[in-house]
Amino acid sequence: MNREAYEAVIGLEVHTHLLTRSKLFCGCSTTFGAGPNENVCPVCMGMPGVLPVLNRRAVELAIRTGLAAHCAIAPYSIFDRKSYFYPDLPKGYQISQYETPICKGGYIDLPATENGEPRRIRLTRIHIEEDAGKNIHGENASLVDFNRSGVPLIEIVSEPDLRSAEDAGAYLRQLRAILRYVDASDGKMEEGSFRCDCNVSIRKRGAKEYGVRSEIKNLNSFRFVEDAIDYEVGRQIEIVEGGGKVAQETLLWDPARKETRPMRSKEYANDYRYFPEPDLPPLIVPAEMEEKVRASMPELPADRKTRYVRELGLTEYEADVLIADRDVADYFEATLPALKNRKSAANWVMTEVLRVARDSGESFVEAVPPAAEVGALLRMVEGQKISLNAAKTAFAAMVKSGKGAEATIAALGLAQVSDESAIAAACDKVLAAEPEKVAEYRAGRDKLFGFFVGAVMKAMGGKANPKVINDILRAKLTG
Amino acid sequence: MASELNKLTIADASSKLRGREITATQLTRDCLDRIAAAEPRLHAFITVCEREALEQARAADARLAAGNAPALCGIPLGIKDIYATRGIRTTCGSRILETFVPPFDATVIERLRADGAIFVGKTNMDEFAMGSSTENSAFGPTMNPHDIGRVAGGSSGGSAAAVAAYECLGALGTDTGGSIREPASFCGVVGIKPTYSRVSRYGVVAYASSLDQVGPFARSVRDAAIIIRTLAGKDARDSTCSARPVPDYERALTGDVKGLRIGVPREFFVEGMQPEVEKSVRSALKNYESLGASTVEISLPHTGYAIAAYYLVATAEASANLARYDGIRFGLRVNAEDNIALYETTRAHGFGAEVKRRIMLGTFALSAGYYDAYYLKAQKVRTLIRNDFERAFEKCDLIVTPVAPTTAFKIGEKMNEPLTMYLSDIFTISLNLAGLPGMSIPCGHDSNNLPIGMQLIAPPFAEETILRAGDAFERTGAFKPRTPAV
Ligand SMILES: [Zn+2]
Repeated sequence: MNREAYEAVIGLEVHTHLLTRSKLFCGCSTTFGAGPNENVCPVCMGMPGVLPVLNRRAVELAIRTGLAAHCAIAPYSIFDRKSYFYPDLPKGYQISQYETPICKGGYIDLPATENGEPRRIRLTRIHIEEDAGKNIHGENASLVDFNRSGVPLIEIVSEPDLRSAEDAGAYLRQLRAILRYVDASDGKMEEGSFRCDCNVSIRKRGAKEYGVRSEIKNLNSFRFVEDAIDYEVGRQIEIVEGGGKVAQETLLWDPARKETRPMRSKEYANDYRYFPEPDLPPLIVPAEMEEKVRASMPELPADRKTRYVRELGLTEYEADVLIADRDVADYFEATLPALKNRKSAANWVMTEVLRVARDSGESFVEAVPPAAEVGALLRMVEGQKISLNAAKTAFAAMVKSGKGAEATIAALGLAQVSDESAIAAACDKVLAAEPEKVAEYRAGRDKLFGFFVGAVMKAMGGKANPKVINDILRAKLTG
Repeated sequence: MASELNKLTIADASSKLRGREITATQLTRDCLDRIAAAEPRLHAFITVCEREALEQARAADARLAAGNAPALCGIPLGIKDIYATRGIRTTCGSRILETFVPPFDATVIERLRADGAIFVGKTNMDEFAMGSSTENSAFGPTMNPHDIGRVAGGSSGGSAAAVAAYECLGALGTDTGGSIREPASFCGVVGIKPTYSRVSRYGVVAYASSLDQVGPFARSVRDAAIIIRTLAGKDARDSTCSARPVPDYERALTGDVKGLRIGVPREFFVEGMQPEVEKSVRSALKNYESLGASTVEISLPHTGYAIAAYYLVATAEASANLARYDGIRFGLRVNAEDNIALYETTRAHGFGAEVKRRIMLGTFALSAGYYDAYYLKAQKVRTLIRNDFERAFEKCDLIVTPVAPTTAFKIGEKMNEPLTMYLSDIFTISLNLAGLPGMSIPCGHDSNNLPIGMQLIAPPFAEETILRAGDAFERTGAFKPRTPAV
């Protein structure tokens, strides 16, 4: 199979929960982890006679996301009813936006990679809609939990600008970073707050027209998106290479068997019968409101990256690693006050701190010591009060104990001795004990210098400042 | 013989209650006695709430004794069974909700409770408010108090009949295409459909969301004004509800219509209508002229398209609004082997023929490929109809028409001819499409002693104009409604 002769054409539809306290159309809590049907009321249960009232915070978060992705914010949009029957859909329709999404156009820039230039992925639209409940299938009965029913979602639809599974992964990570920067999402994709549909087709490299696409529905992790696209692209190439034609179909990803399979037509063949939701007035976003939201926007990942490179002197790669997660970037910046060496702080966060976060399994913020304490630790390295190795030992201890930098250094006795008289005394002792070696050194055996340094360090219990030892020894031996 | 306090108007009962001449308990007792006597012939109620009503009456008496009670405190009302009432079964005239007890009150029910009104029961209606005769109720039709062989009108037939037959002093109905005005006309009582958005729809089981509106029945215009003052006004739970301040409607009842310009649309006096209906309305117009109002002929050229547009918009919205009756969370469930079969059997058993017909019509109108030709076109017709009225109101302050082409028809007469039945609403439907306020007020009787209703129509939020004109007509004494036969 000649995979290289083809390129994939991929568009993603990403659904993600908006980080609001209450649901999209009622006052129920959106907290994850409540008991079944605890966060419900007549409105989100679709009882007879109830009416939706739009959550303004959800609208604001959708606008923030749109502004971060360079979308045009629609001054006028409406909500529509999307009708289908499913036990977890209480009203028999979902309130969504069909022809008039709140955000139109826009793009997301992907950073450069080892094997690729930076890329711009265009967006088609972003719209607001409500989530459904959750079916739970038992042995003798199916149950429905409506806690999730009515939780606000945005759907972010990309143009078919992605060309590979890696592209899709990079796009999703960039999108997650943006959502977290604007507080639209907590980025906890594992709690069902992320779902993705992928439209995949292939064409001969260099061809202009699109091939027939299949749609892989309901992928709920970045990993599945990448695996499913990889598999599907291979499958389509095999069909075409074998002289066949790709069918336009809707597929599901089976993560256990690592393959896509067609959905039964019953599972998706719907005429959704969209029409404007008569219970909600049009959603008007006046220019002043858009400006107000714009003024409240945080620094976005791309701007932050530029600042790190230009003002802090980091490399593009370092900047990319740090900005990928808003918490990490914020953490890095919180270590900086009173530090001269920004680069070493960046390195420290990228290696030591991120490793601890990765290994802990907890969220970044929960796993790592306070940034100010790491800053204090690095300041001691800069001031030569401790060695780099001592700092690493101390950091590991701080992660376990939760204690501060100063206290840890003191408790472990890691402070470096720079007191010249103490070091000079130790030097004198060593030189006095080794008269032959001193003679050899003075006769030209330069290599012995290391031996003297080691001996002095040993005499000082390993805590002496090596630079001071060097200076004093050299003066004494040449003097 | 009972004291027959149930025959009082709300205005009179209210002043006697506050003057401690009568008690809410006596008044409620008289209504309940009347209900017990009349119901076997009328069937105006699906559920009578005797125990709850007497409890409310006791609470109202305590409040009346303390002084400063609102006008509706201690007044027994009938509530159309379309309103969610906490702890009281709400069927909407359907098998599918036969056992449904809502855990919440509709906003207007909350407001009436807050004022101390008393709910004697939930009144009969066409299933999901779909019908013009109350014959589509899953629990059997309501009979017209003036002739029990005839319909009470619909869909709010139970409320209209209950008020006409003195089973309560006033009642709540809802009006989507004429469901308050037509039964008011057939039963000889006052019925008002306020401007769309004037009254909250929260807790009103939805039929067609962009057309449904809440309104009262009463035996006088003043009584109706007293009720809508409590109903109207902004509601945080209904985003389509207007925030406009609510006027004191009773103060609009000055009796003065001098200089009022009354439009008479030629399209509303059609061939085939019962001659006595036209005669009564024309004679009422003469009364207005003698009071110093002027009449002017106007045209509402798109009236002929109203019924077609209505049956597309209303059924389309209904097809989605009624999707929630799926047997999963509440109401009837008929078990079957899988989800889809469960929906099918539950809905097949739970809904009556007319409801099924309208769900299918609406589903079709919204289907892929048909949306533009049906739903979208109907919405455009709606705009044209609204424009007709806007233009007409440049020439007049009020429009007067008949409410229905005929008086109450015989039970069973139109049940097999849905299209003929739909024509009963020919004069009322365009107001819902345009969102305008309208009132039905009795203005005559036909040769069978059946009431004839006159419809008063005003621009959006001009309920005061309607009420003032209606009240002025009542004051002339030109027409006195007859006591019903039952
Ligand atoms: Zn809720």
